[in-house]
Amino acid sequence: MNNWQRWHIDRPLFLALSLLSVVGMFVLYSASGENSMLMVRHTLRMALGFAVLVGVAQIRPETLRRWSPYIFAFGLVLLVAVLAIGSVTLGARRWLNLGIIRFQPAEIMKLGMPMMLAWLFARDSLPPKTRYIGLGGAIALVPILLIAKQPDLGTAALILGSALTVLFLAGMSWRSILAVLVLAAMGAPLLWAHLHQYQRQRIATLLDPTSDPLGTGYHTIQSMIAVGSGGFFGKGWLNSSQAHLDFLPESSTDFIFAVFAEEFGFLGIAMLFCLYLFIIGRSLLIAFYAQDTYTRLLAGGLALTFFMYFFVNIGMVSGVLPVVGVPLPLVSYGGSATVTLMAAFGMLMSVHTHRKIITH
Amino acid sequence: MPGTPIKDYLRESRLFNSRILVVVAIITFLVLVLIGRLAYLQTIDHKYYATLSNENSINPVPIAPVRGLIFDRNGVVLAENYPVLTLEIVPNQVKNMKALLSELGKVVTLNPRDLRNFYRQLREKPHFDSLVLRNNLTEEEADRFAVQRYKLTGAELHARLERYYPQGALAVAALGYVGRISESNTKVIDNADYRGIEYIGKLGVEASYENVLRGQSGIKKVEVNAEGRAIRTLDRIPPVAGENLYLNLDARLQSAAEQALGDRRGAVVAIDPRNGGVLAFVSTPSYDPNQFVDGISTTAYKALMDNTDRPLLNRALDGRYAPGSTIKPFLGLGALEGGLNPNKTYYCPGWYSLPGSTHRFHCWRWREGGHGVVDLHDAIVESCDVYFYNLAVHLGINRIDSILNEFGFGARTGVDVPGEFRGLVPSPAWKAAHGLPWYPGETVIMGVGQGAVLVTPLELANATAMLADKGVGFQPRIVRAIENPTTRVLTYLKPVPGHTVALSNMNDLKDIVHDMTDVVSSPRGTGYVMGHDAPYKIAGKSGTAQVKDMPASASYNAKKVAENLRDNAVFIAFAPAGNPRIAVAVIVEHGGFGGEVAGPIARKVMDAYLLPDPPALANAPGHPRQAPHHAG
Repeated sequence: MNNWQRWHIDRPLFLALSLLSVVGMFVLYSASGENSMLMVRHTLRMALGFAVLVGVAQIRPETLRRWSPYIFAFGLVLLVAVLAIGSVTLGARRWLNLGIIRFQPAEIMKLGMPMMLAWLFARDSLPPKTRYIGLGGAIALVPILLIAKQPDLGTAALILGSALTVLFLAGMSWRSILAVLVLAAMGAPLLWAHLHQYQRQRIATLLDPTSDPLGTGYHTIQSMIAVGSGGFFGKGWLNSSQAHLDFLPESSTDFIFAVFAEEFGFLGIAMLFCLYLFIIGRSLLIAFYAQDTYTRLLAGGLALTFFMYFFVNIGMVSGVLPVVGVPLPLVSYGGSATVTLMAAFGMLMSVHTHRKIITH
Repeated sequence: MPGTPIKDYLRESRLFNSRILVVVAIITFLVLVLIGRLAYLQTIDHKYYATLSNENSINPVPIAPVRGLIFDRNGVVLAENYPVLTLEIVPNQVKNMKALLSELGKVVTLNPRDLRNFYRQLREKPHFDSLVLRNNLTEEEADRFAVQRYKLTGAELHARLERYYPQGALAVAALGYVGRISESNTKVIDNADYRGIEYIGKLGVEASYENVLRGQSGIKKVEVNAEGRAIRTLDRIPPVAGENLYLNLDARLQSAAEQALGDRRGAVVAIDPRNGGVLAFVSTPSYDPNQFVDGISTTAYKALMDNTDRPLLNRALDGRYAPGSTIKPFLGLGALEGGLNPNKTYYCPGWYSLPGSTHRFHCWRWREGGHGVVDLHDAIVESCDVYFYNLAVHLGINRIDSILNEFGFGARTGVDVPGEFRGLVPSPAWKAAHGLPWYPGETVIMGVGQGAVLVTPLELANATAMLADKGVGFQPRIVRAIENPTTRVLTYLKPVPGHTVALSNMNDLKDIVHDMTDVVSSPRGTGYVMGHDAPYKIAGKSGTAQVKDMPASASYNAKKVAENLRDNAVFIAFAPAGNPRIAVAVIVEHGGFGGEVAGPIARKVMDAYLLPDPPALANAPGHPRQAPHHAG
């Protein structure tokens, strides 16, 4: 048992995450216009993230499992609270102000949702019976609707996604999946009717960004200009004119991938993809090697949540998906998401390092 | 736990692992979609986006060239540029325009016209351009602005060159003026020629030589951020200054003529008969062109429009007047060419009647019993109307018209300023076109330049110059030379030949010129007052053109008749008669007798040109004064 094992750290995953963080810091340094104050804050947050990762990794999976319903319930309470007393930023009520720190309760749900569903389905062997699926779906819908009401459609979609992945991994029958898909297709017009005007506009923009080039299409157009102008080799580090001349909005946060693409080109993108895919692959492998229902579903759900972040963000930056506020995991500047993700990786490591060594 | 744990465990593992494989397949597919999309953007569409990226960040900022200066023939500055402080706004950088304007209103004076102008630019110009809000800031205003500047984002002080006419109202008729580019201008001009340029020649030489004076805009390529703020200059193509103009116009003649005309309405055109160069081009009353440069205020414009003297009418170019007796030398020459015996006499009893008619056409000296027996010489010197009534009838209207057309009457002279009107040489065909018959009486009065015949002062001067230069005509030219502002090399414009009168016998011309010199030198001549004492020989002809039909029996007393009913005073002259260097036409509206009123004005203009300067006004010819604000 080496030192890594003693601290319940999965070495390949930890090194990949560290490498990604370092790459992210270089990109952020450029994207923020070489803003050193911002870098200090970001570094502190990453440090906090790694501390949380190591801390969570020490918690035994059985404990996590026991805590699952309580964490989920706690998240629900906070979501209700935020709708009642939360502070409004940019027209959306997402933040809970706790005096010293402000955080988004929706972040807790990103962990709470897979934990809760994994806990629910682990009460019986897989595949889950239909009533469990119905119950799980009902439980999942509550926080999703609460978050959608804030409104924070991006996060709601991500959490819905994580719920669906757990359901899928749990072995929900293809017939049920088909039924859900049909229901979703029928519900789409209903959803459209309930969307805010700006949300509809974003979807319309995706279909034709040039329809409103200085309005909602602006983000997408400037982002695509940044990516496309990067070319194969990129413009080089610190040479993103789109970001430095302020054409690219949110260049430090949601659109940081555009800065990376502009500076490092397709070559850089290929390498960054390898890093992300390694992390995702390693996470899935952890799920694969997991020994009981709860840890399997939790690890698989968290791994796929991470993938969804990655896919939605890059899809948005490259104009494949509508503009939703999803950061590029571990690279974008931004507090709570980093800590949440690190906690998730802590859980993955806990799952992997607390296995009873029988088979291996 | 219910069931068999081991069996369940294996079944569950298989199920879960198969689902993981499906997930891996889905992830692979989605990642391939992303990779495909990114590869497409970064390789196939790369060029397109690279261009967009450059267009985003590199903004060409035009640099206005320095407009060419205008000098008179002796280097007196007539139009120059002087730096003014302007307050300008880049709309892109302004978050709340209303608030900014109200803040600025506290720092500098902004009148409604400034704001109107600004809002018009705001509608018409791109919002990354710097738009002028106020011109001519005082130093005090500039200081106040500098102090408040930190909270006035988007507003900047700039030094710009503005057109200035140091001689004020002098020579507006020829110079014209520049003004801000208007909507009607933008329809005609190529915007590429006017990058960063605010002014355009509106009238006169400023308009007709616009392309020479304007110069070429330079371009400064600056890197800008999304707010349009310049970060640094990447490249600079300097502007090319416009070329300077030297006019044929002589400020001394011009001011002599304007002073001589005083506050009377009238026009003076002086031409060098040897090349068509316009030495003086006067229309009075004049006005100060400087008030038009930045857009004239509504009240000032209304005052000019409402002025019954109509200062905005360019009388030299567009005024149309009956030539009166100044037409006589031309008709006389035409008749001689047609075979008239100059010594043949005619008896003037003071009136003329057509055969078979009792209507009497009066001679201007009818009260004294007419001129008695006169030949062509006497008829010109004493301006006998009856002789010319008879001559006109003998020539017939068609012959008269062709003589007048030969001298360019009724046609544009082709002068190098825009907007020239032409006079009118009436003909039976012209009247027929209006459905009217030609009456024999109209032919009679054509002989003394009355009736429907109209000439512009420019036409009259041009015809006089042809008379002075043996029938050779040139297109009148106000501009004499173009100067390269950098090399200071002058390029003289070649005289442009105009229509030339075909004269079969030069002696006919000599006769007429001799008659015209006697108009001035003979004590009986109608021009004796204006020129008998001149140190050079003048050939001239007076004209007194009726503007209203007076009853034949009424006595005409110029002093008693209401001013607007008085005759127009006309005079044409050239000098020195032997070798003419200047030909002049003068018209004074409602001035009275041509020889007494218009003649002396023509004399002053010729004196100013032909006599040596009084020492105080000496202006070294051909040595231009140092031009201010040259391009550097």
